[in-house]
Amino acid sequence: MLPAALTGLLASAPPGVDEALELTDGLDAVLTDGLARPGAEGARALGDLAAATGSSPLAAPVREAVSSVGSGPVSAASLAALAGARTALTGAVHDALLAVLDTALGRTRAEAHAPAAPAAAPAPELEGARAWLTELAVAGWRGVDRDLAAGADAALTPLLEDPARRRLAVLLDGLGAELRAHCPLSGDQDPPARRWGDLWARAVLLAQDAFPAWPGAPAEEVSGRLLPLGADLHQHPTAFQVQVHALLEPSGGGPARLVRTSVSALKVDVLTRESVWGLVAEHAALLGALAEHRALEVEGMPLLDGGDLVWHDDRARKGEPADRFTAARLHLSGAAAPAVPALERHPARIAEPVLLEGYAAKRTTGPVPGLALDLDGARLPVSLLRSPDSSSLDVKAAASSGACIGLMRWDAGQWSVQLLGVAAKKAPAGQTHTADWALGPTDPKSASALRKSDPLGTLRERAGKLLRR
Amino acid sequence: MVPTVHGRRLGKVPYVELADGRVQGVVSSGSAGERVYVSSVSADSRTLSCATNNNRPCGGLRGAPCKHIRSLIDEACRHYGAERVAAYLRMDAGQDAKDALMGLQGPVEPGPTGVVFTRFLRYLSYLEHPGTTAPIPEMHWFPAGRSA
Repeated sequence: MLPAALTGLLASAPPGVDEALELTDGLDAVLTDGLARPGAEGARALGDLAAATGSSPLAAPVREAVSSVGSGPVSAASLAALAGARTALTGAVHDALLAVLDTALGRTRAEAHAPAAPAAAPAPELEGARAWLTELAVAGWRGVDRDLAAGADAALTPLLEDPARRRLAVLLDGLGAELRAHCPLSGDQDPPARRWGDLWARAVLLAQDAFPAWPGAPAEEVSGRLLPLGADLHQHPTAFQVQVHALLEPSGGGPARLVRTSVSALKVDVLTRESVWGLVAEHAALLGALAEHRALEVEGMPLLDGGDLVWHDDRARKGEPADRFTAARLHLSGAAAPAVPALERHPARIAEPVLLEGYAAKRTTGPVPGLALDLDGARLPVSLLRSPDSSSLDVKAAASSGACIGLMRWDAGQWSVQLLGVAAKKAPAGQTHTADWALGPTDPKSASALRKSDPLGTLRERAGKLLRR
Repeated sequence: MVPTVHGRRLGKVPYVELADGRVQGVVSSGSAGERVYVSSVSADSRTLSCATNNNRPCGGLRGAPCKHIRSLIDEACRHYGAERVAAYLRMDAGQDAKDALMGLQGPVEPGPTGVVFTRFLRYLSYLEHPGTTAPIPEMHWFPAGRSA
C-alpha cells in the first residue's frame, strides 16, 4: 500500500459510519440496562433504530419489536428483529469501510452472489440458545448474575454434539466465559457494551431456524498451487482456530485468487501458547507447509463463494519451499478478492492481506504502550491485541522489522495492521511468522518445556480413562 | 475478553475453576494412583471441603487445609495468578495475596463433590469432540492476542 493511500484511509471514517454506530450504540445501551426497563433514553434510541430501518424490508418487524419493548414479555421474534436491525447497520458500516480499503489497496472484489438459501427444517436444539439470549437481553448486562452467566452451558450442550452447529456453540461458549469472568458487574463498572452487543446479535441470528448452515455456499472445486501468506490465530478458553490467508494459482490459469482456509478445534482453558498447535495436528500437510514455509498443491478442494477453502488434508500435499514475501510482492496487488457473504458482513471480519515495506517501526507511549508503522509520515498502529502468544512473533521482532505481511483490521473505531510475518530490517532474510511453531516451538527452551509438560497429552489420557470406562 | 491463564501442573491438579463462589477442582491423590480428590474453598464463609470422587471424606482435613486443598490453591495461583484467586475469595486486599491464601482457616463441611466432578468430566469432553474445517467467522472476535 502506498503512503498517500494510507494517509487518506487513516484521515477520516467514510460518511455515515459514525451515524450508523451511534444507532447501534443506542441499542447497546438498552441491552446494558435490559429490555425490561428501557427508560426514556432507551425508548428514544429504539425509536431511532426503527426510523433508520424504516425504508428497508426490516421496517415492519422492527417497528413491531420496538413498540413491544417495555410492555410485557419480549418475544423471540422481537429479539430477532432487533438483532437483525443491528446487523444491517454493522453490515453497512462494513461495506463502507471495505470499499475505502479496497480503493486504497487498488483491490478488485468479486460481485456478491445471492445469499445462501435459508435452512428449511425447524431446529429444536436451538431453543435453549434462544431462551438464554432472551434472558440476557431482558436482564441487561448490568443484571447478569452468576447463575444467568452460567446458563450458557445448558444452552450450548446440545449444540456441541453437532459439528454443523459449531459456529453458534463456540460463540455462546466465548460469550458465556466473558460473562462468568466479569459478572455481576460492580456498580461503577461499564460493560464492553459494543463488543457484547456484537456477540449477542450474531448469536441471535445463528440461533434462528432459518440461518443457513454454510456462510457462502454453494461451493466449486478448485485445484492448483496454494501460496500461504500467513496465519491468523483465534482463541478463547474453549476454542482455537487457525485461519490461513493464501494466494491460489488455479491450475487452469487465470489470475491468482485470495482465499482463506480454516482449521479449528475445541479446547480447554489451560491449553494456551505453544500447546495449542497440537489441537489441529491432524492437518499435517497444512501445518507442515506453514512451519516449513512451503507452497501446497491442492486437488479438488471445495471453495465457498466467500473465499473460504474448505480444508481436506488428504486433497493437499506439501510443495516446494515458497518465500511469502516473494509471493506477496509478485501476486498480492493483482489478486482477485472474493465477495463477503451477506450475513458475515461486519467490521470485525475485515482482514485484508497487505504487504508493507520501507517503514520505520516506532514504539508509542500513551495510556497503553504500543507500536506503529511510520510510512512517510502516515502512522499505522500495529494491533498487539491480535498478536498471538503462540508464536515467536513478539513485539521485539515487530519493532525491529523493515517489512511485513499483515491483515488490515478495523478494531475499536480505527484502522490497524495485524502482523502475520515480518522480515528483519537489518537482515531481511531473517523472517518470523505467526505459524512458525505449527509443528512445535522452534525455540529449544520452549520445545523442551512443552515436551516435558505435554498438557494436551496429559488431559487426553485422563479423558480416555475417565470418559470411556 | 477473558484474561489468559498461565497453565498449571496438570498431573497434580487436572481441574481448577473459580465458579459458584468457590475455588474448586480435582486433585490427584499423592499415594493411590487412580484416586482423585475433589477439593474446594468457598468465598462467603471460607468453608473447606475435600473428599474422594466417591464421596469418602479426606482424612487429612481438620480445620486447616489438607495437602489436597494446599495443592489446589497452589495451582489455582499458578493458573489465575494469586491476586485473582484472593479477589475471588474476597480476602483482605492489604495482605500479600499468596500468604493470605496459604494461611486459610475455615469450617469443614461436605462440599459439592458430585457437581465439581461432573464439571471436570464435561471439561475433558471438550477434547473428545472432533475438530472442523468449516470456517468459524465468529472467531474474529476472539484474537489469540498477547495479554499486556
